[in-house]
Amino acid sequence: MSESSPANLDIATIKKDFPLLGQDVRGGRIVYLDSANTSQKPSSVLDAMDDFYRTINANVGRGTYDIAERASAAMEGARAKVARFIGASKASEVVFTKNATESMNLVAQSWGRANLSAGDAVVLTHMEHHANIVPWHMLAAEIGIELRWISITADGQLDLTDLDRLVDGAKLVSFTAMSNVLGTLTPVRQITDAAHATGATVLVDASQLVPHVATSVKDLDVDLMAFTGHKMLGPTGIGVLWGREEILDAMPPFLGGGAMITTVTTEGFTTAELPFKFEAGTPPVAEAVGLGAAVDYLNSVGMEAIRRHEVEITAYALRSLTERFGDTITIHGPAEPGARGGVLSFEVADMHPHDVTQVLDENAICCRAGHHCAKPLMKELGVPASTRASLYLYNDESDVDALGDALVQAIDLFAL
Amino acid sequence: MTGLEDLYREIILDHYRSPRNRGELEPPAHRAEGFNPLCGDEIVVYLDIRDDVVADVAIGGQGCSISQASASMMTAAIKGKTVAETRNIIRSFKALMSVHENELGGGDGVDDDSTEVEAEEVDLGDLEALRGVVKFPVRIKCATLSWNTVTQALDDISA
Repeated sequence: MSESSPANLDIATIKKDFPLLGQDVRGGRIVYLDSANTSQKPSSVLDAMDDFYRTINANVGRGTYDIAERASAAMEGARAKVARFIGASKASEVVFTKNATESMNLVAQSWGRANLSAGDAVVLTHMEHHANIVPWHMLAAEIGIELRWISITADGQLDLTDLDRLVDGAKLVSFTAMSNVLGTLTPVRQITDAAHATGATVLVDASQLVPHVATSVKDLDVDLMAFTGHKMLGPTGIGVLWGREEILDAMPPFLGGGAMITTVTTEGFTTAELPFKFEAGTPPVAEAVGLGAAVDYLNSVGMEAIRRHEVEITAYALRSLTERFGDTITIHGPAEPGARGGVLSFEVADMHPHDVTQVLDENAICCRAGHHCAKPLMKELGVPASTRASLYLYNDESDVDALGDALVQAIDLFAL
Repeated sequence: MTGLEDLYREIILDHYRSPRNRGELEPPAHRAEGFNPLCGDEIVVYLDIRDDVVADVAIGGQGCSISQASASMMTAAIKGKTVAETRNIIRSFKALMSVHENELGGGDGVDDDSTEVEAEEVDLGDLEALRGVVKFPVRIKCATLSWNTVTQALDDISA
């Protein structure tokens, strides 16, 4: 980690590392404000994957020739990089999946079926992404678990007044570390401690956290953590489930097939060691290599510097949008930039988000409209849909200004 | 912003700001719901059919200007029409939206001739203003949401 990161990142230079951001769309420079949805990729990630296919592409763990060994080494090297990136003590605790959603389903199906039965309680929150809701509904329908919900406060925080009562007797507490709608940073350690005090296991959805904030599973003391490559400058098709070795060891396999076995006969099978027990079939090798390159890039910029930049640019966005639009704009989530990530969901002047994003698109600005895969949260907020702008290390004040200018155009068009 | 003039014609904005036939209808009027998960449009269509005629129709729910305007225009177009005429109007509108039964990723896959035969003779009136939507493929689903929902209601009633 670079202690000597410059106080201010040179965003203009960083933007140049991302080929897509150099593109003109609709006659103007593209302004990408949807990184909470998926992030853009630096050349180093693209080159790493391209290089892999051009020089050492072979299946992993199965070959006894030069490029097969090098492919395996590349994959395991990426795994080690990811493990170090999240402060894990062993690379074998890092399971590669397809995405964070698959990681959550893996826990629900594998850990859930082995540890939960009818009447057992799982604690979730109203702030969750569907990936941390639907698998539990599915499990509830299969085996009759009870779901409990931590609610949210008026300023977009988790309401912890009832926390001890909610986690009392629960088997699992599963929650997001950063909301993909509100940007709220939740008190992970506090909730984890409360869960552990009552003997519950903790699963954290860190899809928005890991790309934006230096994360240590050791410091957070969580038991299982899911995140995804494509939100952290890596390719699509690769996600991570990190778990404590003893927990993963005790879990039954998720998908069955090749690579996750030690022996197979006509009578049965035995599983492979960690992490391979949970990696059935040919894994996304090039994608793992790409994710490793993404980790390298993030480390080269420095997660502390990235976080500092995001707090600044979020503060700028909150300030300037509020100044320009006053009462006509409602921006959800905590008002304090330090308490949140750069995810900004908002409504402006009674305009429907889809109409807003249409006008933004006309100006080559990319934002998301809708429920952001968090329908229960939207219901709590009392809005069926919102517009969401999300910031990352390649966004600067000119991007925020462009957003503001386009919102003025939208208001002109739809003024009642 | 010249591109958006095709999408947001004055008629559309008018229907959006002053939607016709908003409200609810009591049973025995039929109720059907539709959702556009991409952008959060939710629509409720109330349909009162009497003696094979659309005696009354009302729209509830919320959505973008295109879905709301289209829904409003739809109610004006089908109120007082027979069920057969209504289905004809629906087919014509979907053809206007370039929605052919066999084009949407394999849906029904049949009905190659239906769009050509029926489309011509129906006067779509205000609905012509939505012609520009086809230039914005993502909005086609917004425009057709209420139409698909009313089709669902018609299918439910005749079932």
